[in-house]
Amino acid sequence: MGSEALHYTPGELMVAVAAREIHDGEVVFVGMRLPILAFCLARSTHAPSAIGLFENGVVRDSPARDFVVTISDGPNVAGALWCTEMRDIMGLLQAGRVDLGFIGGAQIDRFGNLNTGYVGPPDRLTRLPGSGGGGDIACLARRHVIIMTHQRRRFVERVDYVTSPGFGEGGDWRGRVGLPGGGPAAVITTLGVFRFDPATREMALASTHPGVTVAQVRAQTGWSLACAPPVTETPAPTAEELAVIRRFDPDGFWTRERG
Amino acid sequence: MSKVVPLRDAMARHVPDGAAIVLGTALEALIPFAAAHELIRQRRRDLTLIGPISDVCFDQLIAAGCARRVVASWVGNVQHGSGYGFRRAVEQGIPHPIDVEDHSNFTLALSLEAAALGVPYVPTRTLLGTDILARNARLRQLPCPFTGQPLVLVPALVPDVAILHVQRADADGSCHAWGASGVTAAAAKASRAVVVICEELVPPEVIRSDPNRTLVPGFLVSAVVHLPWGAHPSPVQGHYNRDHAVYTDYHGRSATLDGTRAWLHEWVVDVGDHAGYLAKLGPARLGALRPKTSQLAAPVDYGF
Repeated sequence: MGSEALHYTPGELMVAVAAREIHDGEVVFVGMRLPILAFCLARSTHAPSAIGLFENGVVRDSPARDFVVTISDGPNVAGALWCTEMRDIMGLLQAGRVDLGFIGGAQIDRFGNLNTGYVGPPDRLTRLPGSGGGGDIACLARRHVIIMTHQRRRFVERVDYVTSPGFGEGGDWRGRVGLPGGGPAAVITTLGVFRFDPATREMALASTHPGVTVAQVRAQTGWSLACAPPVTETPAPTAEELAVIRRFDPDGFWTRERG
Repeated sequence: MSKVVPLRDAMARHVPDGAAIVLGTALEALIPFAAAHELIRQRRRDLTLIGPISDVCFDQLIAAGCARRVVASWVGNVQHGSGYGFRRAVEQGIPHPIDVEDHSNFTLALSLEAAALGVPYVPTRTLLGTDILARNARLRQLPCPFTGQPLVLVPALVPDVAILHVQRADADGSCHAWGASGVTAAAAKASRAVVVICEELVPPEVIRSDPNRTLVPGFLVSAVVHLPWGAHPSPVQGHYNRDHAVYTDYHGRSATLDGTRAWLHEWVVDVGDHAGYLAKLGPARLGALRPKTSQLAAPVDYGF
């Protein structure tokens, strides 16, 4: 069967793209939801030596052997390399020992700042769940990757509240405020993949997912989006990648409903 | 002397109105849901809820009107996102307004670590440049006295009581827990009192057979409650798996105020106590949550 014939969901594509950001041997701070699957996929394919850290205190050097909904579920604990305290995990992060972290958010802006706190004016405030470990990963990881649903109301000129800093106001902002981590390396959305200009630190479109046009991405982005030429097409998941994703998410709990 | 008491007495004695309580300290596992439900039944008021990620436990306490203040990094439903009880309290003051002190997981952990260490604050480099730092008056940014680099100072936070769920404890409160422990050890050492709720009540020699496994020693513990299934629907490694359906049911029904009230009545108030809760769940449903396999650790030899 050729790759053209493969059917996959937006969620499965995002997991495959996220997994490719994990390099072999890296120490990865794995967030909730899709990143759990991305770690399992990377560890099972091109990054067999990657180490996964979870904020509850689990450290794994193997994918969980069964489907997990939360990082504290039984299969993520059984067979772990280390079960410790959050202090140890966050300490490794702050000490510069974590190569890559994954985070998500409700709002993002052109410099990769994320909001998971409050949306809207004070009289019509929407309260989001909060920072969790996302702010810590964004501040302290050597680099981080953001995974989000791409909608115009989420991709805004300036986020209402910064819980997880990207490049702040651009340029050398992170250095000025004293952040040790390197900032966002990529944004993976339901429509495409974005990278950041090395000088201005502004987000630019790097690839569109199969079937998505640049115009569609622009229509769902609330600022004048830059493109990093040439804008390519995101490689679709391979048959092997899909088989592994479906092994770890057999009922499509994370990858089929949510897209 | 045994510290073992019924859940009702432990909550009545150690969690008065206005108390600051830390719970849900291992994140999504070992959450003392039964204790939270008992506090709702006892109509506790004006509590301060402290914990990094409480799953729906904090949402239920807030929706029931027990909380006045929340110190947390994340309040919602881990499986589904938003916590509607929390949102209604913050956005609309229903059932009454609550004060929220926002943290990241790391700053919340460090606030407990500082208290556990008996120092006024611990410095960190997280949250620099964020609005959490800008708007949380208890977090201060100051230059490092050695290098001049920006630092965030996280002040110590001393809860009145830590409520912990563990796999096993002896009657003095010395306890074993396994799996990742989040901020549990710091929370226990930071708090003025500790209530330990255990799946199994074991003889003291079981704890002493593996002292490296001891999460909290008994001299820090005020009360012990023997309460199998006291963490349901959260998972307890080796005892039961997470009951995902409960979180989905609560998420759906708590979307409206009436639905939330009906859920709290059905699953907390009307069942009367934890035994009534388990009877309502029924043996078949509980049995299905039992581990399908056993995965024993290799024994360690403490011989000399």
